[in-house]
Amino acid sequence: MDFNYTEEQLALQNTLRRFIARDYPFEHRRALAKSADGFDRAAWKTFADFGILALPFHEDFGGLNGNAVDTMLVMEMLGRGLALEPYVSTVVLCGGLIRDAGSAAQKEALLPAIAGGELMLALAHFEPGGRYELDRVATTASATGSGWQLDGAKAVVLGAPAADKLIVSARDGSGISLFLVDAKAPGVTLRTYPTQDGARAADIRLSKVMVGADALLGTAGNALPVIERALDYANAAFCAEAVGIMSALNEVTLEYLKTRKQFGQPIGKFQALQHRMADMVIATEQARSMATLAAVRVDSADVALRNRSVAATKAYVGAQARFVGQQAVQLHGGMGVVDELNVAHYFKRLTMIGLTFGDADYHLGRFSDTLLAA
Amino acid sequence: MDLNFTAEEQLFREDVRSFLRAKLPGEISRKVLGGKHLAKNDFVRWQQILHAQGWGAVAWPVAHGGTGWNPVQQHIFDEECADAGAPLQLPFGLKMVAPVIMAFGNPAQQQYFLPRIIDGTDWWCQGYSEPGSGSDLASLKMRAVRVNSPEGDHYVVNGQKTWNTLGQYADWIFCLVRTSNEGRRQEGISFLLIDMKTPGITVRPIIMLDGEHEINEVWFEDVKVPVENLIGEENKGWTYAKFLLGHERTGIAGVGRSKRELKKLKEIAAKESNHDRPLIEDQRFRDRIAQVELELMALEITNLRVISAEGEKRAPGPEASILKIKGSEIQQLLSELKMQALGHYALPYVEEALDAGWPGDALMDGYGDYSAPLSGQYFNIRKTTIYGGSNEIQKNIISQMILGL
Repeated sequence: MDFNYTEEQLALQNTLRRFIARDYPFEHRRALAKSADGFDRAAWKTFADFGILALPFHEDFGGLNGNAVDTMLVMEMLGRGLALEPYVSTVVLCGGLIRDAGSAAQKEALLPAIAGGELMLALAHFEPGGRYELDRVATTASATGSGWQLDGAKAVVLGAPAADKLIVSARDGSGISLFLVDAKAPGVTLRTYPTQDGARAADIRLSKVMVGADALLGTAGNALPVIERALDYANAAFCAEAVGIMSALNEVTLEYLKTRKQFGQPIGKFQALQHRMADMVIATEQARSMATLAAVRVDSADVALRNRSVAATKAYVGAQARFVGQQAVQLHGGMGVVDELNVAHYFKRLTMIGLTFGDADYHLGRFSDTLLAA
Repeated sequence: MDLNFTAEEQLFREDVRSFLRAKLPGEISRKVLGGKHLAKNDFVRWQQILHAQGWGAVAWPVAHGGTGWNPVQQHIFDEECADAGAPLQLPFGLKMVAPVIMAFGNPAQQQYFLPRIIDGTDWWCQGYSEPGSGSDLASLKMRAVRVNSPEGDHYVVNGQKTWNTLGQYADWIFCLVRTSNEGRRQEGISFLLIDMKTPGITVRPIIMLDGEHEINEVWFEDVKVPVENLIGEENKGWTYAKFLLGHERTGIAGVGRSKRELKKLKEIAAKESNHDRPLIEDQRFRDRIAQVELELMALEITNLRVISAEGEKRAPGPEASILKIKGSEIQQLLSELKMQALGHYALPYVEEALDAGWPGDALMDGYGDYSAPLSGQYFNIRKTTIYGGSNEIQKNIISQMILGL
């Protein structure tokens, strides 16, 4: 049992902390959120220089052989900076899918490009009307002789507007499969929009989209376990991001309690607010413990243990994040509900994390059902 | 970063387990696991068994008979003891007064008291709270007046202490007493060790809401205490008291015991039925179990994080308050769900069923041997968010000492 980061991990954390403080201040982020891309392409190149785009890949493919604890540390820092770059979509989700399911040729073609910051991807899996159900895939894949034809609709595909390629889940006779699809391929239509937290996403229609046989990622019909694993990774990453945000929110809220004066004294002298702040700190420390658990267990080969740990974490962190976010707004009073301060933006991001890839209720149910097996 | 126990730690766990299998008497563990009444001798006997193994006070420094185990080993030990149904080692001697004697007592006090604590000779109780001094401990009034006399200098103590847990069995009590009314009120407090057999001491039971005699009030009327029983310096007792409270909070997370109780809750929910199916299949109830389990999973890791950090600097800091708050809330939630699982059979109060060996009653069909203690435990465990510094006081500590508000 060891709760310490390695020297390399601490160095990476420092690098990112400095980057966020110096090159990614809140006003810069505000401008990015309103820009056409919705994120900073220069920052993406910097991420490539830092190596974080290469983190979870094998060194044979330009990677750094990192583990999920490394990803946790990155996500916590990106959370503090409210970074808008589609790191989870490209590196954690799609990078993870290619790493886990891709052929040697696919890995050689794609992973070094991701690591170098030249290729962005998005996972088009969930569908309208399917809520968070993993196996609810109505998009079809029909064999054409030379490849596949894809038809269907995908909901709220995070990072899709910037993606060069999509990874699309579709069903054929044998089950669910994954396909690499050029985002500009004929028949792919994106309805793009910003999300509540300033990121970018799209609903996607696939109409007679033709892909070659080499577009199949993994074996036909067997994608579900791979998708489940990638989403576990993404959820573990989101939980770490949430913890970074919660820590940052606690810092700004504490500062506000110490400086804002009412009734002739700092409002932090009032016990009702002191206790609320204490509750926020407790919630954050407990959430941090769970995010650590998820990061360590998501790398486990024991699928049941991995599922259970990530479900537990997303359910727990989701609830704590909701509490901390809402209370940070409350403790800032009127200043909590204005666009000007970062508080509202942290709160919105936390809220959206809570609704992405399964909310706290969904994951509580997943976890709770494991009690029946016990 | 690695949450897995190392091979060495696993081996250590095996050692503790085989010790418990061999040495923990079944008649004691059955009482603990079944929530039955424990006698004084059950506690003492277990302390003697641990001491014979060299594990009487695992957290103490080796020089005083401790084990030298690191915090993770101590955690494993606690967890295994709880799981096996070992009685809780009462904290009053081992975890409260002993660290104070080690840190601030003189060599004579250390040589006399510490061996008698670790081998189970002396039973200690705590004399902190007074009827008018609960959360506001520094307002305490019990007086100790120093008297010079040819037979030996002593203090004459007058006043009252309350909430003395298991004080009815105690040989000794450690007390905060007022020795001065000068200056800040914290500066007039001293720390005295008092022999419970001294004339002038009266112990009166306080019956708790579960009907049990667990706590007492202790009256002192012209009680003569030799000055040799003063810890450290006169009027410096508040420093020692705060030191002690820090130690009290560390064990209070109670992760090992809560894991055991969670297991028990799941067993009960599998045994009780609802619509002819096990209660655990009821999603509303199962989700509530799941929610407590999540809290406990998080607390277990938070606890390990705190004790690992503590390994480097020893004295537990204010973050122990987090453990106290979450630990006590979890204990309460678990006790509530166990009671709730019984449905109507949470209502009967059958006193004799709390004694070991109760044969059950043929006319009470749905009332298992395990049912009897559960409602009483729920009522009793309300104390956990009140004692050891109420959870509201803990939040004051967090906001003032950690956050600087």
